Formats: sequence, structure tokens, C-alpha cells
Amino acid sequence: MIRSSKRSPLVYLTHATVLFLVIIWTIPTAGLFISSLRDKDQLAVSGWWTALSTSTHMEVDRAEPPSNQVQESDHFVIKGNILHGKSGKISKFGYSSLHPQAYKAGEVAQIRNGQTLQVMPNGDYVLSSPTQWRGRNGKRIFYTAEIPPHFTLNNYKVVLGADGLGQSFINSLTVTIPATVIPILIAAFAAYALAWMRFPGRAILVASVVGLLVVPLQMSLIPLLKSYNWIGDLFGVSSKTYVGIWLAHTGFGLPLAIYLLRNYIVGLPSEIIESARVDGASDFDIFRKIILPLSFPALASFAIFQFLWVWNDLLVAMVFLGTSPDHMVLTGQLRQLMGSLGGNWGILTASAFITIIIPLCVFFGLQRFLVRGLLAGSVK
Amino acid sequence: MEQLASALVYMVIGVSVCAFYFYGSNFLLDKLFPTKNRAVTIVARNLRITTRIRPWLFLGPAIIFLTFYLFYPVVDSIILSFYGRAGKEFVGLSNYSWLFSNDEFLESFRNNMMWLVVVPTSATFLGLVIASMTDRIWWGNIAKTLIFMPMAISFVGASVIWKFIYDYQSAGNTQIGLLNAIVVFFGGEPQNWISMPFWNNFFLMVILIWIQTGFAMVILSAALRGIPDETIEAAVLDGANGIQIFFKIMVPQIWGTIAVVWTTITILVLKVFDIVLAMTNGQWNTQVLANQMFTWMFRGGGDFGRGAVIALVIMVLVTPIMIWNIRRANQEMEGR
Amino acid sequence: MADVKLTHVKKIYSNKVEVLHDINLDIKQGEFIVFVGPSGCGKSTLLRMISGLEDISGGTLEIDGKVMNDVPPALRGIAMVFQSYALYPHMSVYDNMAFSLQIAKTSKADIDKQVRKAAEMLQLTPYLDRLPKALSGGQRQRVAIGRAIVRSPQVFLFDEPLSNLDAALRVATRMEIANLKDSMPDSTMIYVTHDQVEAMTLADRIVLLSGGNIEQVGSPLELYEHPANVFVARFIGSPAMNIVPCRIEKTGESTRVSLSSSEVVEVPIVTEASEQAKEAFFGIRPEDLSVVDSKEQGFISGEVAFVESLGEATLLHLKVKGCQDMVIAKQPGTLSSQRGDFIHLAAEPEKMHLFNDKEQSYARLG
Repeated sequence: MIRSSKRSPLVYLTHATVLFLVIIWTIPTAGLFISSLRDKDQLAVSGWWTALSTSTHMEVDRAEPPSNQVQESDHFVIKGNILHGKSGKISKFGYSSLHPQAYKAGEVAQIRNGQTLQVMPNGDYVLSSPTQWRGRNGKRIFYTAEIPPHFTLNNYKVVLGADGLGQSFINSLTVTIPATVIPILIAAFAAYALAWMRFPGRAILVASVVGLLVVPLQMSLIPLLKSYNWIGDLFGVSSKTYVGIWLAHTGFGLPLAIYLLRNYIVGLPSEIIESARVDGASDFDIFRKIILPLSFPALASFAIFQFLWVWNDLLVAMVFLGTSPDHMVLTGQLRQLMGSLGGNWGILTASAFITIIIPLCVFFGLQRFLVRGLLAGSVK
Repeated sequence: MEQLASALVYMVIGVSVCAFYFYGSNFLLDKLFPTKNRAVTIVARNLRITTRIRPWLFLGPAIIFLTFYLFYPVVDSIILSFYGRAGKEFVGLSNYSWLFSNDEFLESFRNNMMWLVVVPTSATFLGLVIASMTDRIWWGNIAKTLIFMPMAISFVGASVIWKFIYDYQSAGNTQIGLLNAIVVFFGGEPQNWISMPFWNNFFLMVILIWIQTGFAMVILSAALRGIPDETIEAAVLDGANGIQIFFKIMVPQIWGTIAVVWTTITILVLKVFDIVLAMTNGQWNTQVLANQMFTWMFRGGGDFGRGAVIALVIMVLVTPIMIWNIRRANQEMEGR
Repeated sequence: MADVKLTHVKKIYSNKVEVLHDINLDIKQGEFIVFVGPSGCGKSTLLRMISGLEDISGGTLEIDGKVMNDVPPALRGIAMVFQSYALYPHMSVYDNMAFSLQIAKTSKADIDKQVRKAAEMLQLTPYLDRLPKALSGGQRQRVAIGRAIVRSPQVFLFDEPLSNLDAALRVATRMEIANLKDSMPDSTMIYVTHDQVEAMTLADRIVLLSGGNIEQVGSPLELYEHPANVFVARFIGSPAMNIVPCRIEKTGESTRVSLSSSEVVEVPIVTEASEQAKEAFFGIRPEDLSVVDSKEQGFISGEVAFVESLGEATLLHLKVKGCQDMVIAKQPGTLSSQRGDFIHLAAEPEKMHLFNDKEQSYARLG
């Protein structure tokens, strides 16, 4: 826009500032994602940013127990791999906690009474003794290893298998899909009436929609909960049903839907609608054959809004659907996990990522419509 | 899966019911007052009648939903606020007097005010700055997408993300929370950010700012691009520098949009609930109105009267914005 | 058959603003009528009232002898071409033209026949499958016209159909509309424009509106040669007619007036004796003035304040003593006159116009 500043240092400053801000904005999510792919034990002892590069760790592990020893000529030998199949390269090792780095990998350490320990860089070790090994536990081996970045899907396997998250995922979908689709049709008809039909009270209705746009959801909760309980008692059914939450989300989403769609529809060229009228189309024909096809972008953007809002909602779901296992949505589940296993970052990060992955896909896939909808709703 | 299938079936049924209503009512109207193949005078009369009825057929379902889910609850909340915990016995103003002498309420009111000042201001300001900067660089769109992204993340998801950033391990242990790791790296003492009195509120606010800045940025960026280039070129010719152009030429031209962004975020802030519930559940002096209201709704079987009073406070706080919005919409309607 | 008759037609908006007062107009079948006037004169509103898109607040509208005030647009036997074409952007050219017939539940075969016929007529056949956005402005306008033709209406209504086209295309499309009229001599056409050239070239009769009133109805040449009042005189023709305030000195078979510039002119227009000594307005078109050598040969003189050379003609703006407005003379070819020259102008007496103090033409009153 301002070409005159093109060669000034200001431009580099701009690049640097934006880069800095982008990093700040992305790091939290990136951290979550990377952590969710790490081994849960590592997660608890080192920052996720260390997982990206090869790191040097001092570790301790036990060798195979004496019961696994074999006799090779005159020696009793215990063999195994101290890394247990994990990738990594051992640089140093030792047999006592006082000198955990006493020997280089490949050297043979003399323990006592002719017992020796040899650890190869790939983790293979040989414990050898002229007499039989005794005791129940394996010998402790201290080692220093270069461990390359290591990622695993284990957290996701655990989370999706147990802990009800899989069920919650399905519950969330069950809530979201109808709650997104049902309001669209109702809102589109209302929006057309408010935009292009002439009738007394139209201005008041438009003003009401704008007013209801900001009514806090909290207002509605108690009266609706009362009504739901009453209706539930009346028909002898539970007050916490999927139908109930679909209708609730429809009601709460309608003001925005009507407002967005009306703003869009009122902006369609009036001559097109008049032309259709001259062509003999009734309001119903005009709506079906002209308005609906032309409003596709607005319909899409509302659908995205509603989808994100319903999927991400916690409040409405907790009040109208409750927290029983076959009703618990993802956000509720995640919130409960946060309370119950605050320190288990492996499960928490994987669960969090599962809850945000669908909205993120929707976001990246349909961003164009989302932005258009935002603009229709705000810049007028 | 079975459940999902039934959801899909319900969705199809729901949509069909809607479609059936609209088609059916239209069909009925056409049958009762035919406007085709009749004498011109009858057609004219029928047409007058149908044009009078049809808007209400179109609006009917929407009006029913809005009335039941939003309008009636506002009225009922006002009534409930004069009743006791189960909404049965009349207690006069005692819910109100309880409210204003309740320390937790005063605390959440104070916190809400801080949220109201800090979050909309920061998000709008950051959004404006980022919008103006990203418009000038070639990778601006990528930057915008990344900054806009948190918008798609739920408040609970964002809470997990940030709880991880704020994680605290006692001194001497390896810090796995990024913030404490940085503090330790520069030689500081690790802090338990979430329970740090007073300041912990701001650490919660950061989460909402992180989510909302993208929204402000997208809208303000469109507004900035809508500014006629000529005014900026004229300012360049008049010898204004970049900063002067930004604050004296560009910002004044988008005041209207800035106000809209500001009020939209303000409304959101008043309703914020999930973040506090998930991060602290109101402990360590971080209570806010919406969360307090939720607590009262369910505490000990629920106290509807007190919950309604708190909801009314939120409503009163939103009202000025509502009136402003309605007046703006009315002006727009008259403009047509 | 398809006469259009407006009797005491009025338009009052809901905010009590009356935009059309007592319009009376009789349009015969097959006529090409142009509503012309400055913006805000009510010409588009009048057309939209005929189409049924605007309610009629008072008076009656008859089409083909039937009162149409309350009849919906689709049943009035009209078709309308809009300024912005108003094509349905999501439908192909074919579907655009077929839409009204589909609504009327015409059989598929009939629709196809009608659409193809209209497309043939307007050379649109190769484009039938395209969407409007893939067409040029001129093609879009032809589709809009085709959409009107398909309905075989009794009355065509055109609402400024050329104003969105560029100058060259406007001339070409204007000729197409003229051809269209020739090929459908029985259809009545009503055409709204603010451009007097379109009005002059297309119209059988022009209806000149101003401020919600009809100023004059007549053939293009009638309006040019015998304007009913100062407004019409100045609206038709470019540059506008020179109007000089004057005083009537002698009435009778021909009238003698003294101009405000103190010259005296004999105008061959009849005036009543009662007009003696009244204030009046003398009018002469710039193209009817010619430069003469001496004061005696001419009737008005002035100093050249400004010269505009257009190539095929030269416009001289003259400052005339006693006149507030400049007098403009349009001379063929190029002239050597310069700013500051003092020149004399003459005119044929029969080209002169005379209006009374209420700006009405004496020629038509007499």
C-alpha cells in the first residue's frame, strides 16, 4: 500500500515483528501437538521442545534377572539390550550410581570377583561371571545415550481405546451435525421475509433479531432447564436428550443465522428479484429458485460458524445433555480429564488434540467462507 | 456408530419436517387462494391476501424458536430472580440483597470488569497492528491464517494448551511448562502462575486474547483494505510519515469497524465461562460472573433464584451494547 | 389491442411525498414511447407503476382496456428489461430465457421453441449454455431483451437499458432495439432514459417529465421545433436553447419584443393584445444563430468570452450586455474568432421562440 517505505529498514522490522507474533501464536498449539506424540514418560521429565533434536540422556535400567542366565563354558552369562529396542546410541556406561559414566561404550568393565560388564554402542550388553548370578532382580546398568527424536502414537491408542473419548467423539458428532443443519432452513426463510417482503412490524422484528444477538446464553439456561424438566415429566422421558440439545442449539444459533443471511440476501440486486416477480414467480418460487442458490456462500459461512460453535460448546452440552457416558461430549470429557488427571500430560495432550482436530480441519478447509461470513456480520 | 446413524436419521427427519412445513404451508395457501387460471379480479384479491399471510408463514418457525429459547427466558429470569432456590416461594428482593453482600460476587464482578477492560482492548489493538503489518508483506496471508487459527479451537482445548504452557514444577526439577522453562533459562525462579493471586487473572485473559485477536485482525484487515488508496496517497503527497498516516488517516476512517469488533469481543468476554471453569473453576480469586452463575445453578441441587440474579447482572451489562446495535440497525434500515 | 391508458395517475410514498401528480397519458398499440427527463423526475417510478412493481396511489391504469391497478405484474401482459440486465447469475442463458415460461408451467417443447426463436432473433444461439458472467455487456443486454421477447408480451418496458454500456456499444444496441421494434410492429414499447439522444432517435412520441409532471408529449421533432415551455426548450437539443428575458412592445400577427440587451426583434408569432408590455422570454437555439458582419444585419451583439472548437463545429460563448447568461452560438466548421472579439449574430425569424412570463410558449397558446 505504502510503496515509499519499501526499501527502509521498517520493512525488515515489519517482517521480524510479524514472524515473532506468528511464532507466539502458533507455539502453544505446536507444543500440544508435539507433546501428544511423545512417550508419556519422557513427557513428564523434559520439555516438549527438547523432543525435536537428538538429546543426551543419563538413564538407568535393570539387566535381565539372574533367572535368565545361561552357562557358556565356564562362565555364567546374561545377555540383552539395555535400550529395549528403542533407537539410540550409547556413549558411556557404568555399574554404580557413584560412577555412572565410568566406561566408554564397548569397553569391558571389571566389577569384582571376575564379574564383567560390557555394553556396546547399540545397547547390547553382556554380563559375565565365573560363578552363578544370584538374587531376584537384574543388575542395574547406568548409561548415557544419545536419543534421536522419537515419536509414538501410543497416547492416541490409549486415549481412543479407553477413557470414553471415542464414545465422546461420536456423541459430539451426534450433537453437532443436526444442530448445524436444522437452523439453516428456518433462518433462510425468515431472512428472506425480513429482507424482501413487505409487512407491518418488519422493522421491529429486525431490531429484535439484532437485540437477541447479544442476549447472554446464561439468561436462558435456568428457565429452559425448568421447561425441559417440566416437559420431561409430562411425557415421562428424561429431560436430557439429543433432541433437546439440537433444538436448544437451533434456538441459540438462530439470531446470528437470521442476521447473517438477511445481511447477505438484502444485498442481492433488487432488479433480479423484481425481474423474477415480473416473470410471474411467487415469493416461494423466488426464494427457492433465486435466493437459495445465490445465497450459498452465506449459507456455507453460517454452517461453519454454527459447526464450530456447537462442536466447541461446553456450557449448553453440560446443562441440556448432562455428563453421563453416552451423553458426554468431547469438550466435557476433556474438561473432566483436566480435573482428574491434571498431571498426565500424555493423555491430556492427545485428548485435547482429538477435540480440536476436526474444527481445525474445517477451519483450514473452509477458511474462505468463514472470513466472508465474519465480514458480512460485522462490516456494514 | 449406531448412535451416529440415528443422529443422521434424526437430522434428515428434522430437515424434512422443516421442508414439509414450508412446502406444505405454501401449497395450502396456493390451494386456498389460487392465483393461477382464475379471473383477474379474483387473482388480484387472492394475491393481496397471500402477500399478507406469506411473510408470517416464512417467519413462523423462527419466531417460535426465538420466543421460546431467548425471549421468554429473559422474562422468566426476571421473575425467577424474586423466587427462592426451587423457583417456588416468593422471596422478594432477598436474592438481590444476598448478591450485593456476597464476597464471591463482588470478586467476580471485579474480575469481570478487568476482563472487560483488558481483553477487548488488547485483542482489538493487536488485531489492528497485525492487520496493518500483514497487509504489507508477501507472506501476510499465511501469517494471518496462523494467527486466526485459535478461533477454531474450543475454550476447553485452549485451556489445556495453555495449562501446559503455564505448567509448574517445583524449583530444581526440569520445567516442562514453556513459560517456567524460559524463566529458569534466564535465571529466574519458577512460578505457579495459575495460583498467583491477582496476576493469575491476566494469565487466563491471555488465553482469550490469543483466541480473539485473529477475529479482530480479519475484520480490521478487510476494513483497512476498504480505505480508498487515494486518501493515503494524498497523505503521502502531503508529507505524512507511516505512523502519521496510520493513526491520522487510516484509523479514523475505520472507527466504525473498530467499535464493532470491540463490542463483539466485549459481549463474548461477559459470557466467558469455559476458560475459568477448566483452568481454575474460580479458585485463587479468579471467579467470573458466568462461572459463578453456573455454579449456583447446580450447587447443592441448584439455586435457581440466585442463578437468575447473576444472569440478570450479565444481561444488564450487555444491554447498552444491545441498544447501540439496535439503533445502528435501525439507521441502516432507514437508509434503504 | 394493447393500448396503455393512464388517467389521473398519482404516486404518493408512505412518507407522504408525492412524486407523480395527475399523470394523463394515452399510448396507442404499436407505439414506441420514450419517457425522458432529468433524474428524479419520476420517469422510472411511472414505468414501474405500469409494470406493477410499484403500487398506484391514485387514478387508473388500463392496459388493453382493462383496469390493471391491482393486477400482479405477471398477469399484465408486460415484460421488462432492467438497467442492470437483472439476469439470474446462477442460470444459463437458456434457463434465464425459459424461467418465466417454466413458472407459467408451459410445456417443455413450447418453451424450447420460444427460447430458440428468440435466441435466433438476437443471435444468441451459440451462447445458450453459458452463464451470464461469461458474456459481454452487450450480450447480456440481448439476453435481457430475449427474456422479454420469450413472454410475447403486449407491452415491452425498458428501464434505462443502455446506461450500463459503453458509448460505442450503446449506439449499436440502440440500433438493435430500433430493429426489434420494426420486427414487432404490433407491440407497444415504453422506454425510459435520461439521454435525449436515445429519446430523439428511438421514439415515436416522447413524454418529457419534470418534477412529477408531464411537460410535453409529442414526436421528437415536435418537441425540438415547438417546445411547449422553457423547460422543454432547454432540455431538448444540445447545447441548450438560449433564453433571453424580454418585454413585449407590440402584439398582433407578429410580435415585437425588446431584449434585455436593449435590441428590438420582430418575431413572427401571434400574441393577444392583452400581452402588451408584459415580461416574456425570447428563445433561440445556438445552431440557428449565424455570425454576420455588421450590427445592422444581426439582432444581437456581444463580446466573445470563450471559444470551444469541436472540429465539426465551433461554440462561441458571448457576453451580451444586459443578459445574465452567456448566449451560445454554434457555427459549422472552424472559426477564426477569438476571445475579446465583438461579433454580431442573426437568425431566421421562423426559428425564433417566444415564451410568456409563466415560461409557456406563445406559439402553442396562440
